[in-house]
Order: sequence, then C-alpha cells, then structure tokens
Amino acid sequence: MPFEAIRSNGRIQIALGFIFGVIFGFLLQKGGLTDYGVIIGQLLLTDFTVVRVMLTAILVGMVGIHVMRSAGLVDLHNKSGSIGSTVIGGLIFGAGFAILGYCPGTAAAAFGSGAIDALVGMIGIIIGAGIFGRLYPYLNRSVLKWGPLPEDTIPEIMGIRPAIVVVGMAILIVAVLRWLSIAGV
Amino acid sequence: MDSWSPYVVGAGIGVLSWITFLLSDRPLGASTAFAKSAGMIELAINRKNASQMPYYQKVKPKVDWQWMIVIGLIVGSFLSAFLSGNLAVLTVPPVFAGAFGSDALFRLAVALFGGILIGLGARWAGGCTSGHGISGTLQLSLVSWIAVICFFVSGIIVAALIFGWGVK
Repeated sequence: MPFEAIRSNGRIQIALGFIFGVIFGFLLQKGGLTDYGVIIGQLLLTDFTVVRVMLTAILVGMVGIHVMRSAGLVDLHNKSGSIGSTVIGGLIFGAGFAILGYCPGTAAAAFGSGAIDALVGMIGIIIGAGIFGRLYPYLNRSVLKWGPLPEDTIPEIMGIRPAIVVVGMAILIVAVLRWLSIAGV
Repeated sequence: MDSWSPYVVGAGIGVLSWITFLLSDRPLGASTAFAKSAGMIELAINRKNASQMPYYQKVKPKVDWQWMIVIGLIVGSFLSAFLSGNLAVLTVPPVFAGAFGSDALFRLAVALFGGILIGLGARWAGGCTSGHGISGTLQLSLVSWIAVICFFVSGIIVAALIFGWGVK
C-alpha cells in the first residue's frame, strides 16, 4: 500500500487527525450544521439541509473511495453489526439526536462556534459512552449478539460488481436531491 | 461568505473522506473519541479496575487520531464562525426557546439527557452520523445503511413527539 510511512507514523497521524477535524468542523459550520434549528428542522422535515449535505458527501465520497479502491490505493473498513446492536443502538441514538439537537460531530462543532448547550451535550455523550463501557460485558453476551448482520458491503451481498452499485446509488442520490429541490424543501 | 451551499459542504466532506482513507487508512468518525474520553475518566478514577474493563481494551482510552478529530472539529468550527463574524455564545437555541421558553437550566438538562442517549446509542450501534451515516454508507456497508435509517426514523418520531406534528 502506498502512504505506508505516513499511515504508520503515530505523530503524523495525531497531527492529521487534528487537521482533518479542523476541515470537518469548518465545513459543518459553513453548512449551518452547527445550528440546532437546522438539525431539528431536518428531523421535523421542514429543512433538508442535513440530508443534502449527507447525500452529497456520500455521493462524492463513494465514487472517490471506490475508484481509489479499484486502483489499489485504499482499503474499505466496514463495521460489523446485528439487529440487537445496529437497530436498537440506532433507535436509542435517534431519540438522543432529537432531544439534544446535535450529533457527536455537530455537537463538537456547535460548541466551537459558541453553543454552550452543545458543550453540555458533549459531556452527556461522554457519560452515555461511559455507561455503555460499563454495560459492555453484559450487553456483548446478550443483546449485541441478537440477529447478526453480514459485515459485507451491499455489492458483496448482492453478488454484483461494486461499480454497478456505485452507479446505481449515484443515480438514486442525484434523483433524490433533484426531487428535494423540485419539492422546494 | 457566512454560509456555503449544502452541496459544496457535502462535496467537501466527501473529498475529506478520500484523504482520510488515503493518508490515515481510516473512515472519518466522531463518537469513538467520546468513548475514549469516558475511558480516560475511568482510568483517572480507578486505574486498576479501568485498565481491566473489556470495552477499553477494544477502544483504547488515549489521545490519538480519532480523539484529535473532535478537538479539530471544535477548532475548525470556531475558526469558521470567527472569520465570518458569526461567533456567538448561546445557551438556548431560538427554536428551542420558541417551543419551551428560554430557561437556560432547562435547556442544559435536556441537552445532558439527550447527550447521554446519544453516547449510549452511538456506542451500542458502533457509530454515529459520521462513522455510520457518512463513512459507512459511502463504503456501501449494509450495517451502516441500516444504522442511519434507524437514526433518522427514531429521530423524526421523537422530534415529532417533542415538538408536536405541524409545528414549524
């Protein structure tokens, strides 16, 4: 793999993490995603900024990552999951998302632009993650193991070439974005 | 400019994800850093017990790439807001105040409770709106697509319950 020297250098990686975070935070603030009203507006389906940003990021990221992967430049890093982990955890997360009005990344960015409630939200996220850490040995023997889901990607599960799914997904995302602007939301 | 088009911001995040895969061999994510912080606090309280907790053998409580992402998020957003003159200390967001009044303590209590659910849920699901919602979905991971659908289905239902249907 190219870039091995950079990837395996701990100090460079800590600096890169910071730089990537700065760029990410800058973009989130410029996109208005540090605004409680924008995030709640998305969940109330009155403001589709969050969906526009996410779908565009997925579209651009997906095409680039798959092109670089076929050129042998990057590896994929899929997460494993299960119904008990992904679905139940996802539903708990969604409830918290609506109550706080920020997610972990946007809470940090919102705090950076002056939101004190986001800072308290970040403290809550640390507490919640700590509770999970304490419960982990029990959860990992039970609920997290319920209904395992394949770690594979959608093209692997469907047994077709990734390029076909990338093109199909790209068309779908562009269609949804186009439909959102026609619908005027 | 104060704000950029969501398409420009989204494309920027997409390009950023190329660079994180290329230079760091990692997907962009935010919630792991919060688990690391919780682990650091556990270690500070009781080093002996915390160093044996199974979760922190999986998620190492240390300052690393993932932890620095969150520090960078704070700094990057600060820079953006500062440079465009939008830096403003705020405790009760206007939309919240419009629905529930401007009591700061009430907003902070709600934020703390929401945060706890987010931290619990993100680690339970193995990722958040960044790790699953953007980085996982762009890799076409089935698990991540299921996760992000659950985030939004639950978020939309709970937001509707909180604010009531039809409130804008």
